Amino acid sequence: MIGIQPADPRPVEIVGDLSGLPASANGARNVVWWGNIGFMLIEGTGFALAIAAYLYLATQAPHWPPPGDAVPGLLWSSIFTVGLLLSAIPNLWVRRRALAKDSRGVRAGVLAMSIIGALLLIPRAIEFSHLGVKWYTDGYGSVLWLLLVLHTSHVITDLGDTVVQAVWLFTHEIGEDQFADVEDNANYWTFVVVTWLPVFAVIHGVPRLT
Amino acid sequence: MKAPADRRLQLEQTWSDKPGLWGFLTTVDHKRIAARYIVTAMLLMFLAGMLALDMRWQLSVPENTRMTPQLFNESFSLHGSTMLFLVSVPLMEALGLWLVPLMLGQRNMAFPRLSAFSFWLYLGGVMTLWVAHALDITPDLGWFEYPPLSGPSYSPGHRADIWAQMITFTEVAALAASVNIAVTILKMRPPGMTLARMPVFLWAQLISSLMTILSMPAIMLVTSMLIADRMVSTHFFAPAGGGDVLLFQHLFWFFGHPEVYIIFIPATGFVSQIVETFSRRPLFGHSVVVLAIMAIGALAFGLWVHHMFAVGLPRLGNNFYTAASMAIALPAGLQIFCWIATMWSGRPWLATPMLWVIGFIATFVIGGLSGIMTASAALDLQLTDTYFIVAHFHYVLIGGAIFPLFGAFCYWYPKATGRLMSERWGRWAFVLIVGGFNLGFFPMHFLGLMGMPRRVYTYPPGMGWDLLNQVATAGSAISVLGGLVFVGNALWSFWRGEHAGSDPWRGSTLEWAGLSPTPPYNLAYTPAVTSLTPMWNGGDPLRAYDGIALERREVLITSVADAAPLYRQRSASASVWPFLSAIAVTAMFLGSIFTPWAVAIGSVPIAAALIGWFWPQRERTMTGLLRKRR
Repeated sequence: MIGIQPADPRPVEIVGDLSGLPASANGARNVVWWGNIGFMLIEGTGFALAIAAYLYLATQAPHWPPPGDAVPGLLWSSIFTVGLLLSAIPNLWVRRRALAKDSRGVRAGVLAMSIIGALLLIPRAIEFSHLGVKWYTDGYGSVLWLLLVLHTSHVITDLGDTVVQAVWLFTHEIGEDQFADVEDNANYWTFVVVTWLPVFAVIHGVPRLT
Repeated sequence: MKAPADRRLQLEQTWSDKPGLWGFLTTVDHKRIAARYIVTAMLLMFLAGMLALDMRWQLSVPENTRMTPQLFNESFSLHGSTMLFLVSVPLMEALGLWLVPLMLGQRNMAFPRLSAFSFWLYLGGVMTLWVAHALDITPDLGWFEYPPLSGPSYSPGHRADIWAQMITFTEVAALAASVNIAVTILKMRPPGMTLARMPVFLWAQLISSLMTILSMPAIMLVTSMLIADRMVSTHFFAPAGGGDVLLFQHLFWFFGHPEVYIIFIPATGFVSQIVETFSRRPLFGHSVVVLAIMAIGALAFGLWVHHMFAVGLPRLGNNFYTAASMAIALPAGLQIFCWIATMWSGRPWLATPMLWVIGFIATFVIGGLSGIMTASAALDLQLTDTYFIVAHFHYVLIGGAIFPLFGAFCYWYPKATGRLMSERWGRWAFVLIVGGFNLGFFPMHFLGLMGMPRRVYTYPPGMGWDLLNQVATAGSAISVLGGLVFVGNALWSFWRGEHAGSDPWRGSTLEWAGLSPTPPYNLAYTPAVTSLTPMWNGGDPLRAYDGIALERREVLITSVADAAPLYRQRSASASVWPFLSAIAVTAMFLGSIFTPWAVAIGSVPIAAALIGWFWPQRERTMTGLLRKRR
């Protein structure tokens, strides 16, 4: 019969027991890994659109960079890039130590990544001073600084996360969930490395090729 | 699901919030958070509706003096910004936050504290816009504040900044909710609910969350660029400084067009569930509807230029976007045929939720047809910035999203409250709202064709626009009256409505398996799913798993494609940190309206709050340099 029928909840037939399942997981089995991917997608879209804005302004301008603006300095930018690429090696090592649930390894590795991240800020700071243009000079300067600031904010955010993680790891008993956290943080650093490469190619390639 | 009393008691203890204000501030219960979202957004819908009625009053006769041009500008800007950013998108997400775990038979979202953070930040956006309005700093440049008008030269003061920063608030809130919803759907489906057995509602929430993730960064980027132009003298949108004003429009509409479908796609989820339950048969063409949603989601990213036909882009570009805009009618049409086929071949029961679906189909088809007309670049050049466009987008947004939302409200109201809304008053509200809406907006098509531009505060007599404007004003008043009946019915039924039992509509999906109103732990067992309509199993007992912890907060994580059980995940407990983090972020966002240093200084309390949030509570180490010393 069709019509509103107030009723009690339905009875249940138990067909299995889930209590034997493990209490944690790593890699793509872990739910937090997917959350991390979600935020990388958001940030990655931001990078892609900022690069698109750069290319759009470049196509609209008669000269790129506009007359009077220097091309960005390649030396310190390259030093930063090489350093960033090399940092991927200890970073991947930390990730493997996390997967192996090696407490000593992740403590040492996360501390090392904190120091490496802080050191990388030095060539990055010098890179800013060799851009050859200020953000308020013209549209070219604005969008160049946008890309640099966007990437630097990611370096600083992940560095902050790594430092806090190092402090926690050295002061606490590390559990399964925290190994997964170290793995996620390492994955995020890989993201910071990978997003830099197209930015580097665009900010140095486009002004020199046009 | 019937469970022994001691089991229910234990679960209740584990999942309940602390009483009083502390519990209010610290809750991570998805149902409480979603309810806050819904109540806040409904209140704002009322306020923005009042603005609309006020504007209709102003336009009811020529050369009316109810409003000054400035007040009219502020009114339509506040109306549009509120309805798009603070009402439509948040309401759709709120329904997801509330219903996704229930439909999955789970005890909470994947990231419970992120849900709380999302709401508090949304509230920050609401306060930013409306407290600023109370202080007479109301944005006055429409809901899409184009430069150069919104740039530093033409908009001194802080009206444009308030708008831009309100966007930042709501977009961060929406992105947080979207990641949460997408991951919950992908990783927390009950055993047996493979992707192929996922209800359309969940598909719709998944696709619209992914669309949010891929489109909202565009608006965050573009409003940040606008604020930078206004505050630190960048030249992104200043042609004299080598910038480009159209860059703003491209980035805005790269978000803005998908946004329309981010609002519409969840509505197709509501409609699919309602049509199924009230036609008493499984949805006709489930895969077709899901594929259509995917197609709409993909095509939505290729249409943004149709908002810019009048800016003088290359003709080839216009032709491409005309074709793409028309193409989206195909999947939208397929969905509508599937819903009609379900009703046709079922035994339709015209309770209020189903009435709203019928109102939706009729109204949305009209909006779709005027959409095909405006998709043509040549015709759009004539119609753009006229009342034809106002009519078109209200037909698709109100008809396509708000009517299904009202249907969803009536359908799931007994689930949320344990009581039924009055069917009689529900029908009155339906007739008044749908009738008043059509009376109010249909004449605007003709006003647009007669040349009446949108966003003008008045018009001279003798244009021949008087009568149609009066009809439109009358229609708006009638639909506002209907809205009051709807809200009155909801409030009255909350205390006086008939008791609904657990499953008054005999629904097809798992949210109807538990008690209504839903207890803090949702379901007492983990359901086992074997079909698209798990509640329709011929009246047999529901199959379920035991084994997820009772004495601590725990949820089941399953695999993405086939929902095979993987592990048991600890679920975050109540916490004040999301609230404190949102306050820290709010302080930084508001400060950055006035000085760029707020970004640097404000990031310190944000970092502190986030550390508090994520700091794992475990034993101190007994080894190493920093070990616990006795």
